[in-house]
Amino acid sequence: MSNDLPLIGDYSTPTAELSGARIGVVTFPGTLDDRDAARAVRTAGAQSVSLWHADSDLGDVDAVIIPGGFSYGDYLRAGAISRFAPMMSKIVDAANSEAKLPVLGICNGFQILTESHLLPGSMIKNDHLRFICRDQVLRVENNTTAWTNGYEASQEITIPLKNQDGQYVADEKTLDELEAENRVAFSYVGWNPNGSRRSIAGISNAAGNVVGLMPHPEHAIEVGFGPDATGTDGLTFFTSVLTHLVGGKK
Amino acid sequence: MTQEFNIDTVENAEGTPDVELPWAELGLKQNEFDEIVKILGRRPTAAELAMYSVMWSEHCSYKSTKNHLRQFGQKVTEEMKKDLMVGIGENAGVTDLGDGWAVTFKIESHNSPSFVEPYQGAATGIGGIVRDIISMGARPIAVMDPLRFGAIDHEDSQRVVHGVVSGIGGYGNSLGLPNIGGETVFDPIYQGNPLVNALAVGALRHEDLRLANASGVGNKVVLFGARTGGDGIGGASVLASESFDDTKPSKRPAVQVGDPFSEKVLIECCLELFKSSLVEGIQDLGAAGISCATSELASNGEGGMQVELTDVLLRDPTLTPGEILMSESQERMMAVVTPANVAAFEAVMDKYGVEYSWLGEVTDTNRLIITWKGEVIVDVDPKTVAHDGPVYDRPYARPEWQDALQADTFRSSAAGANLPSTGEELKSAVLELIASPNMCDKSWITRQYDRYVGGNTALAAPDDAGVVRVDEETGLGVAIATDANGRYTYLDPYVGAQLALAESYRNVATSGAIPAAVSDCLNYGSPEDSDVMWQLAEGIRGLSDACMELGVPVTGGNVSLYNQTGDKAIHPTPVVATLGKLDDVARRTPSGWRPEADGQAIYLIGTTKDELDGSEFANLRGHLGGLPPQVDLAAEKALGAILINASRDGMVDAAHDLSEGGLAAALSEMVLRYGVGARVALDEICQRDGIDAFTALFSESQARALVAVPRSEEVRFNDMTSARGITVARLGVVDAQSGALEVQGLFTASVDELREANEGTMEKYFG
Repeated sequence: MSNDLPLIGDYSTPTAELSGARIGVVTFPGTLDDRDAARAVRTAGAQSVSLWHADSDLGDVDAVIIPGGFSYGDYLRAGAISRFAPMMSKIVDAANSEAKLPVLGICNGFQILTESHLLPGSMIKNDHLRFICRDQVLRVENNTTAWTNGYEASQEITIPLKNQDGQYVADEKTLDELEAENRVAFSYVGWNPNGSRRSIAGISNAAGNVVGLMPHPEHAIEVGFGPDATGTDGLTFFTSVLTHLVGGKK
Repeated sequence: MTQEFNIDTVENAEGTPDVELPWAELGLKQNEFDEIVKILGRRPTAAELAMYSVMWSEHCSYKSTKNHLRQFGQKVTEEMKKDLMVGIGENAGVTDLGDGWAVTFKIESHNSPSFVEPYQGAATGIGGIVRDIISMGARPIAVMDPLRFGAIDHEDSQRVVHGVVSGIGGYGNSLGLPNIGGETVFDPIYQGNPLVNALAVGALRHEDLRLANASGVGNKVVLFGARTGGDGIGGASVLASESFDDTKPSKRPAVQVGDPFSEKVLIECCLELFKSSLVEGIQDLGAAGISCATSELASNGEGGMQVELTDVLLRDPTLTPGEILMSESQERMMAVVTPANVAAFEAVMDKYGVEYSWLGEVTDTNRLIITWKGEVIVDVDPKTVAHDGPVYDRPYARPEWQDALQADTFRSSAAGANLPSTGEELKSAVLELIASPNMCDKSWITRQYDRYVGGNTALAAPDDAGVVRVDEETGLGVAIATDANGRYTYLDPYVGAQLALAESYRNVATSGAIPAAVSDCLNYGSPEDSDVMWQLAEGIRGLSDACMELGVPVTGGNVSLYNQTGDKAIHPTPVVATLGKLDDVARRTPSGWRPEADGQAIYLIGTTKDELDGSEFANLRGHLGGLPPQVDLAAEKALGAILINASRDGMVDAAHDLSEGGLAAALSEMVLRYGVGARVALDEICQRDGIDAFTALFSESQARALVAVPRSEEVRFNDMTSARGITVARLGVVDAQSGALEVQGLFTASVDELREANEGTMEKYFG
């Protein structure tokens, strides 16, 4: 398995991978964590395929990751402009289709998913009004989604959190529904780092193929390059989707 | 639509020799203006005057320091040049990393703008240094920011600290560049003149190296990125090259305004241009904007360039030609493209949604000719603008007060009486030290920066050096540390500059990396003051001598002068960044021990002398006088070799250099790094070095480091150090159960006590 991601150039050059799974990573203007997401895909054993926001060809991918960053500079509102990208309408259609394309939105990707109405609610500025970067403990509240099936129920994991607009908000009815339908995928453990309603860190759609969260699993996949404590708790996101694709537990 | 102006053409200038020009307001001196007239053989046009005024400013021309800075190029051995691919003078120096990789890094100041308008000043400081890195053909991979503010409790520090930190975060976080370290110092001496230095590092393949020159007659000149606006006009001249003075109007309009989103798009767009080999030469637009880019590109190339200024895309259509030439609007680049590549170049611009305009072409006339609707408004030899600015041998002399300052030692002062000696006194002194503004935990700042993005960060603050991986296949990477101590340099400008290098060299070696290159940011007061000029001359002499002795070349940097308010200059503050190479960043050494290190032996490498003058402890007692710690570069080199070998051979699991705050700070920081305690005794070093426990804890003797050695490696470690004649002492052991730092026979401080002292300070002041 090759892990090399050239610093310069195209990082999606197809190479033979252990798994035939092709996982798309979307790049918008201002996307920052696309290389990290691609590395996570490869580390999990799949092939990463870079998708450009302005294209409208999903390139026969088996799943899609919308990575973090400040797409369009967060201008207007985080994710508000990106949702209109041609690639996003393809992704929305595919996620809602019979085939239920697995989609993971991380940080800005989560914001884009809510703006695209694939997931309910929205993100506003952190309650303390500052950018925050820290190693964050999460509890896995739902380990049956396409992206979380490799975790134990209620497992606590540590992955980096880094955002400015990470406060998850939704009306009470939506929040009640999310909880009742077991669609809260992750919640913050201990301190709530941005004032999110009901300490929600991530949610899924009803079918479980679309997951969005604020913290960054792709930054916790390699020992020595992630959080001090454990380091690789995020990798299971990317192996989970492979399990899901080969028909493992959903 | 371009504005109709009464344009001052060259023809007009020739016909109206006696027109009064605002050269003084633009920062030029009478002799400089006379020189321009002499070069041109006529009075300059308004546009030419604008160009010369910014390019001949202190900030752009280094006119007061050029004669001294030469030493960095002269005191270099062949061995030091071995890995140097591009040296001083380009946008940033480039060092060979091996395996076809190279690395480029540079540190710069953005001091004055950051005082006037902290958020934008600091933000655009990051933006500017990052564009320097892109200009070399490299992908930026990390940033760092050494910061110096006024007193922590001064009311204006609220404005400056909040603004600077959120500016660095707001801009840097949006670029996707991990912030891997820096320093934060509070001292009233920086009250009206905070120092905001920014460092960026980038990686490139050898074949991607690009330089700023306009070659190939007939090649096209293109300006791309953000539009040109009215911000930052005269930033380099009237802002960065003069002292602050309450009597003058606000300089806020001279500060640039940044848009990190544009810069991020520009980074990716430039890298695609490099990958497809679509540009012949490239230059970022920073200080002096289009004036700098056109004159530097032209004079570094074949010598001529023709540009139509009305083709510049504007944010503000009312700008005059002079303002367009001087504007320091951010996120702009200028490139030279062959006619054959024009279409492909435009396709890349369109893909990224980047605006561009073709301004002209490279000529062989040796003239830079700028027209406004076809009428010539600039006709100059570009070398006279870019390179042949004035050079001054400013008078300098050792200040009269220097002797008295050096005679006023801490021990002989009132502040040095009744020093702590009992265990209880020493414990409270340690807690006071680690809670002090300079020594306290700075995560209030660093958690506002993204340290993870890119996935290659192997170490970041609070570790001694930031470490980033360059090649994922092999683990090849770099370590960088920035250091300076203004108090040391004030006490002895020559030694202080050397100590700054010694510390950053030591920090890089502590991480396990081999020091390879240096970039410096020389922050001083007004060069027109002979005391300051002496500090500067001594600093450059000291630093260049030390680089030669340590065998690390200076590859670039910047000089920031006029950091003074009225006649009160800052402490001379040469900030030194050392870059080191690591064959495999997985072997880097963190600056604290983990729970798994339980039982490992803690060794102090080096000897401790009674050196408290200029120390953090003396600073806590309000004293500054005497002589800084002695510098021993041979000892630094030997210590570095030990740390590098020990890391490579797996002999140490943790290492931390001793610097500000001495052993007391280093022990506390190693315990706090992962919250794991230790038991140590000071008797052996006190006896060996002839010092008391207070001196052992608070002296700031150089060339020392603390390491944690696994039991299985102790024999090898001792063999290695004794074979090299290095003095070491076994202070004690890591104790994962105790939850405390125990200094045997003196005191025990629990991890919680240490943490409470260390972590509360920044929040107390900044919320």
